[in-house]
Amino acid sequence: MSEKDKGHHGGADVSRRGLIKQVGLAGVGAALSTPNIAPAAAAEVPPATRREALETLNATEADTLDAIVARLIPTDENGPGATEARAAFYIDHALAGPLRALRGAYAAGLAAIDEYALASKGSSFAKLTGANQDAILSDMEKNIAPGFSPNSAAFFNLLRTHTIEGTFCDPYYGGNANFVGWNLIGYPGIRMGVTANDQRMNPKPESILKSAYDDPMFARNGGDHGH
Amino acid sequence: MATDLKKTDVVIVGMGAAGGVAALPLARAGLEVIGIEAGAWLSTRDFPPDELRNNFRGWPQSVQKANSEVPTHRPNASAPYSPRPAIHPMMNAVGGTSLHYWAQSWRLNPWDFKVVSETKRKFGAGRIPRGSTVEDWPFGLEELEPYYDHVEHEVGVSGQAGNIGGRIDQRGNIFEGPRGREYPMPPLRGTEFTEMMAGAARRLGWHAFPGPAAINSRSYEDRPGCFYHGYCARGGCPINAKNSTAVSTIPKAQATGHLKIVAQAVVTHVDVDQKTGRVSGVTYVKGGQEYFQPADVVLIAGYTYENVRLLLLSKSPAFPNGLANNSGQVGRHYFSHFQTMSVSALFPFDLNNWYGLPAQGVGVDNWADDNFDHAGLDFIGGGNLWIYSDRRPIGAANMNNFGKAPGWGSAWKSFVSANADRWNTAYVQKTTLPYEDNYLDLDPTEKDALGFPVIRITADYKDNERKMGAFVQDKMVQWYREAGAIAVEKLGVGTMGPSTHAYGGTRMGDKGETNVVNRFGFAHEVPNLAVLGASVMGTSGARNPTLTVQALAWRTAEHLMRNWKTIAAG
Repeated sequence: MSEKDKGHHGGADVSRRGLIKQVGLAGVGAALSTPNIAPAAAAEVPPATRREALETLNATEADTLDAIVARLIPTDENGPGATEARAAFYIDHALAGPLRALRGAYAAGLAAIDEYALASKGSSFAKLTGANQDAILSDMEKNIAPGFSPNSAAFFNLLRTHTIEGTFCDPYYGGNANFVGWNLIGYPGIRMGVTANDQRMNPKPESILKSAYDDPMFARNGGDHGH
Repeated sequence: MATDLKKTDVVIVGMGAAGGVAALPLARAGLEVIGIEAGAWLSTRDFPPDELRNNFRGWPQSVQKANSEVPTHRPNASAPYSPRPAIHPMMNAVGGTSLHYWAQSWRLNPWDFKVVSETKRKFGAGRIPRGSTVEDWPFGLEELEPYYDHVEHEVGVSGQAGNIGGRIDQRGNIFEGPRGREYPMPPLRGTEFTEMMAGAARRLGWHAFPGPAAINSRSYEDRPGCFYHGYCARGGCPINAKNSTAVSTIPKAQATGHLKIVAQAVVTHVDVDQKTGRVSGVTYVKGGQEYFQPADVVLIAGYTYENVRLLLLSKSPAFPNGLANNSGQVGRHYFSHFQTMSVSALFPFDLNNWYGLPAQGVGVDNWADDNFDHAGLDFIGGGNLWIYSDRRPIGAANMNNFGKAPGWGSAWKSFVSANADRWNTAYVQKTTLPYEDNYLDLDPTEKDALGFPVIRITADYKDNERKMGAFVQDKMVQWYREAGAIAVEKLGVGTMGPSTHAYGGTRMGDKGETNVVNRFGFAHEVPNLAVLGASVMGTSGARNPTLTVQALAWRTAEHLMRNWKTIAAG
């Protein structure tokens, strides 16, 4: 699958779910009647198993990272978090590409987390309770967890930075899936044309959920709208 | 072995904010100009509204030349190095950083040209901060006014005049120096938030006004008005409403038939005729091949770090310490704009700052320059307070927690969910002075992709900056409180590392012992070499440098045209 295909697939998927989320269950009928939404796509059928590979992380590293992002931005009474946003998926892909210079830091840092988890709590990080996982992360943040180079706070900050990127970035990059992040903070979405009214505090503009790359002007091989 | 090319009249090294402006009057005068640019041409399709790409991964960058030459930094000669940023603050492309800059296009205020004489006149020489090498500019604002005017109209600047020929207009900045006429376009519109802040400033008795921007507030020439989509900071404009030189002066210069641009070419050396001591042209690398481009006159128009580096790297028997550096002044009088010690504020309601741009805002100049009484104070200078509408999701989620929440977990998530659109950080640019021990040189170990040393910054904020910063910071806190902020946080002073507002290193002045270029921008030691850019500026003022850089570039070009035979023939 090419990068472009992935982006488009994700875009279609998230548009549908975003729409359902916006209009709510009562609005599904309206969504069904929207011409550019195929009825089959809008129906509540369980999604097929995703066919996807880890791009650079190994399986153990991926388990650890999944567990970390789930504690940093948890799924809770405020709704979905980094897990649903697929922040770990974003990080794996970024480490195979633009962030490849940090791949080594992740290998060392994730291994150090598991070693510290084993030594202090008797199990690998992914298998600990949430409270114990939080204790490990808190020690890292306070820079008192041993075994990290240069130190645990630096790796904690890297994880936090990338988890936030993966939760709030444009969905093209594989994170912020279903616009989980943008909905969490009330970002009204990308508007190619913002009016004075759109900049009023009250009422805020309606939410428009789409990727920058849903605009053909910016997609690969695009440019029909270039000027 | 370099391939020799056909001689041209003028070579400009760098087709950015400065070189892209200087090319226009030269090409219109019929001089054959070759502009050599490290980056490529970019188009509107290269500027998607993508925060990760623009603000976290260093796009737009047509080639990553700049990223391989990020300067190193240490606060002083015996201090350890600061962590080196991964991304250079400036970019390479035809148009340079004017493609993705904030486009705030201020004129300096009258005092900025006369810091030394005005301070002495009012308070005596003892008030010039100890160790500062600041000098008056060799001319005042009135000398630069016509060139500011040329650039405002040829590039396209929107704004509200505050002083036309001495007639004060309360709608504009009443502290600005006299200007010949209005801006070519009205200012960018305000938002409900910026209007709220303007109202608070007026309640304090301060003067609030919209700032100037090289961004169209309505259609201008063949380009549309701004659509305020919110991805302007570090992002190029997908509709060409931001007036980079790539869409304004450069196309006009090309239309004359006298400007040729060589893109994706890196100048490695300015060559010198050893008999005459004059420059003979430049050597550049393009596509792995080396070329020598002879020219009668060379204008260096890179960013401050690159101007200084190219001179220091261009060693020859006539200039063993680097070109135009027999005085030892190349790299001296360096400073970067004091923008730290800002303030963040938290409000009890949503601000809807999701759209707009850094140039869409409201300014207060009451605490800038010498616009207020310094008699009882222990510093000189001041700061411009600027509030603007600009927010994107990742940046919003990275918000300051104002001591009200942890940095992660459910409590953090709840806090950010409620407050992501309720905070604001001011942009506070302040007077910064040059000092004896703040300077640029070549790093002894770090190299760029071609194997040449990168620039090393040795610089720190001094007492005058810190005292003035604390004073201005209190004013900003007062403004936010008046507007209803429920929490404020004073941000720290930080380090003086690589900056988008870097000044000096090839300072302009009449005295060759303390300056690299003369009052027209030509090197004291090399008559057919000029330097364009903020590297010639000796003071910063309290506002963005680009329009001043562009006015100076135009003035240098005009001086060259008027004195072509003398300068070119020697």
